Amino acid sequence: MDADIIATDPRRWVGTYADYLYAFARKRIDDDELVKDLVQETFLAALQKVKSFEGKSSERTWLTAILKNKIIDVYRKKSSVIVSSDIVNAEREQKDFFGEDGHWNKEHRPVAFGIEGHQNLENKEFNKILKQCMQKLPTLWLAVFTMKHIDDESSETICAELKVSSSNFWVIIHRTKLNLRACLQKNWI
Amino acid sequence: MSALKKIIYNCRQATLLLDKREFVKLTFREAIELRIHLYKCGVCKLYGQQTHIINSMVVHLFENQEYRLDDSFKRELQARIDEELNKK
Repeated sequence: MDADIIATDPRRWVGTYADYLYAFARKRIDDDELVKDLVQETFLAALQKVKSFEGKSSERTWLTAILKNKIIDVYRKKSSVIVSSDIVNAEREQKDFFGEDGHWNKEHRPVAFGIEGHQNLENKEFNKILKQCMQKLPTLWLAVFTMKHIDDESSETICAELKVSSSNFWVIIHRTKLNLRACLQKNWI
Repeated sequence: MSALKKIIYNCRQATLLLDKREFVKLTFREAIELRIHLYKCGVCKLYGQQTHIINSMVVHLFENQEYRLDDSFKRELQARIDEELNKK
């Protein structure tokens, strides 16, 4: 099949891809208005360069790539503006988790959630708390965490796109997890 | 304190390795150190289980959330695109 003959029809984009693109972005950014703007900007940007669409990838892949760049811009912008305050707060939260000697402090020690053995993925109440706890994370941490989990991106890609050093990457993943876990323990048990 | 002793007694380091292990293979040394720590430390063992469960729940949450645009927004979007196209 000759890929070049695949034509793109912008008048059909909204009907075909708007929900998909919206869901894609909405899972990655928890801000409905902002996400709608991104979807609109994606279509408009695509219109500008519709001639460069050569049918090498599917229309959906092409549009998603444009959207994804916009999402990463948002991550970058957000994490550079409020980098100090929200990360400082989040780090303060976990300051007392371990003592000088590196041991868990008694009051912060993990205790069983009661769901460890059997994976209780459909537990609505737990999922709700999980979502709330994720929203409390610093923007940069959540961005790293999200890219790692939904997109299963390599650490190198995430580091490059979010401008995080590779040594800092695992520290961020770890700190995110410490706070997320502690938040779950506090609100679930 | 030697590096080995450090990890054996250090929950902070052990939990970092547990989080890392969810995504990459630990080095031989890291894996041994972690195993020794976990042998002694039930609290970190529990942390390891929880960090794994949290990961699968996060992935599940992302995958199963359904989002749909409201129709009025789609109509506006369509109008906007039509307008751009008609300019050309």
